[in-house]
Amino acid sequence: MDQPQPFHRNPADMLPERAPPITATGPIGWLRANLFSNWVNTLLTLVALYILWLAIPSFIDWAFLSADITGEDRFACTSDGACWAWLDQRIGQFLYGFYPSDQTWRINVAVVLLIPALAPWLIDNVPGQRWLRWFSVVYPILATWLLVGGWFGILEEVTTDNLGGFALNLTVGLAGIVLSLPVGIILALGRQSRLPLIRWFSIGFIEAVRGVPLITLLFVSNIILPIFLPPDVALDSVIRVIVMVTAFASAYMAEVIRGGLQAIPKGQYEAASAMGLGYWQSMRLIILPQALKISIPGIVNTFIGLFKDTTLVIVIGLFDILGIANAMVSNPDWLGLSSETYVFVALFFFVVCFSMSRYSMRLERKLDTDRR
Amino acid sequence: MANTSLSGQQDSFRVGSLLTDERSRGIVLQLLVLLGVALFVAFIVSNTIANLQNAGLASGYGFLDDTAFFDINQKLIDYSSQSTFGRALVVGFLNTILVSALGIITATLIGFIGGVLRLSDNWIVSRMVTAWVEFTRNVPVLLQIIFWWAILTGLPKVRDSIALGDAAFLNNRGLRMPAPILESGMEWVIAAFVIAVIAAIAVSRWARKRQEATGQTFPTGWTALGLIIGLPLVVYLILGQPLDWDLPERTRFNFRGGFNITPELIALWFALATYTGAFISEIVRSGIMAVSRGQSEAAFALGLRKNQTMRMIVIPQALRVIIPPLTSQYLNLTKNSSLAIAIGYQDLVSIGGTILNQSGQALEVVGIWMAVYLSLSLATSAYMNWYNKRIALVER
Repeated sequence: MDQPQPFHRNPADMLPERAPPITATGPIGWLRANLFSNWVNTLLTLVALYILWLAIPSFIDWAFLSADITGEDRFACTSDGACWAWLDQRIGQFLYGFYPSDQTWRINVAVVLLIPALAPWLIDNVPGQRWLRWFSVVYPILATWLLVGGWFGILEEVTTDNLGGFALNLTVGLAGIVLSLPVGIILALGRQSRLPLIRWFSIGFIEAVRGVPLITLLFVSNIILPIFLPPDVALDSVIRVIVMVTAFASAYMAEVIRGGLQAIPKGQYEAASAMGLGYWQSMRLIILPQALKISIPGIVNTFIGLFKDTTLVIVIGLFDILGIANAMVSNPDWLGLSSETYVFVALFFFVVCFSMSRYSMRLERKLDTDRR
Repeated sequence: MANTSLSGQQDSFRVGSLLTDERSRGIVLQLLVLLGVALFVAFIVSNTIANLQNAGLASGYGFLDDTAFFDINQKLIDYSSQSTFGRALVVGFLNTILVSALGIITATLIGFIGGVLRLSDNWIVSRMVTAWVEFTRNVPVLLQIIFWWAILTGLPKVRDSIALGDAAFLNNRGLRMPAPILESGMEWVIAAFVIAVIAAIAVSRWARKRQEATGQTFPTGWTALGLIIGLPLVVYLILGQPLDWDLPERTRFNFRGGFNITPELIALWFALATYTGAFISEIVRSGIMAVSRGQSEAAFALGLRKNQTMRMIVIPQALRVIIPPLTSQYLNLTKNSSLAIAIGYQDLVSIGGTILNQSGQALEVVGIWMAVYLSLSLATSAYMNWYNKRIALVER
């Protein structure tokens, strides 16, 4: 009869499953999807490949293959490539400035000790974390003593005008980073304060400093501070720079942290007061831990900016690594080696700043998953 | 006393309560801060007065009328070494504005192109742009300025200039370019251009209103392009091409005619534009990524095409995220232009430095710097606040 049969397909009638076409998988599929998906993309890919083909082999040739590595001065460099002969003579100046060469081990020790001082803050679960944290509190004093010496008569005293090269960038940068975070936190809290006078002073300071270029502040430190201070007081020029860089960075830091503070829901403040916590307690235990966590990317960006800004000391006559590079480029023995020198200096900054930004991105991702 | 229980605390005044009571503690704290600041200011002022007297310097802005006795090679207005310090500062200010404006325009272009390319599906292009952005962002801008300047001043001497076509020449004194000569009638072409811009704005307003009312679209972009290029072109042709070029001509030692862009300006412009452009491309990228994917999916579901979705749905929402950090990048660029002093481009800070050395009026010159940069940045932040308020999301 016409009884409806349930639909049934015999598995033997089905076509066997086929592999996707070779053009949609594997390297070819990837190429099609990512490089040649349409004619605009194809064009872009070809242009990009052409640029790479022009740039990379010639750069490698210039920097390594046909470069001159040894020689007394630039006239020893006869090939078309880069001239790295100066490295041998000048690398000490680039790293340590005019620091006495028999004392440079002190800078090396200070840099090596930086690793245990930073580790407990950057990495979780370092063995002996508590002790290392105490060590990092002592570190700034220890590092200052290593650099300047002369307190206990153990180390020979080295005046700060001998400090230069990348050591100067590191010194100013690290001191600025260490000092600007607490000052920035205090300014940010001051800007949020209920007390009008404190709020106005904080706003005035932050806006005034953020409104002007760092270079004018450095001029102020160089030209105006001696006018503001009694004649017999002479501040060390490196200390003046550190003060100005710190003031500059802390104003930016304050704004970054203010953003974090504003992102904390009001309920957190109210809950803290409901628990009977006073202002400082609630800030220390409830608000700041959350606000700082949110602001980490901005804080690290400020650190990176601060570190790059340490090159500005050349305009007030200090010789950081860029200053040394400028001096060498205009030295008759090495005249005109600007590409080599500046590329070399750029690498230093790139390594430091790029690793800072990568670290902050990693941290950001980690903290982001914490919240879920 | 009727309400002893309430006012009892106030009647028995104790010094200790100044610190335990929250309100009085606030007042005490503020008074202490005020006192501290006042003492600090008094200390500075008294030192300053003493130091200035010792140095025999008069304070005040009278020195601005004194003759400068130094030359400025990059100037937008008339200036000679017989002009006053005040005029020199104006020249410097205009140079700051010039390089900032050039830099801002170029950086915006670089940044938007870079940001879009970083988001491109094209693997190799997005990787290349990422590498460029990371390198440019993580190297100090001062180093980049000096690097480009060293490259430019290391170019061949005038005698061996590199010819770009027959019109422009590149050498270690900069880029010599043809100068436009405006003949009579050219003002009409410029007027036509202004009218075309106004008309284009009017058309786009009308088109938007009509689209909101009826849903009909209008090819605004093509119309505007046609107006802005077409109208001046027609006027230009009707009036018999009233524009001539003063071509640079090689002489024995130099060039005659044309105009020269100094290597300082090019280096500063290029370095600031690429450095800030790298930051802007990050801002643009994160702005576009901040628009949720649902928005463009909804637009596709409504039947909008890809470029329509981008233009009418994604970009307007992305701009809300992009504009505030973008303005602060513009401000950063303007402030970074003060690094000009390192390569001798004569901007406000550099000329101020020269004046400061010549006249010794340190306080006044620094005061002028601060006033100029502060007013620029306060104006920018005022604009930003206004803009934020205007485009802020109105929820419920």
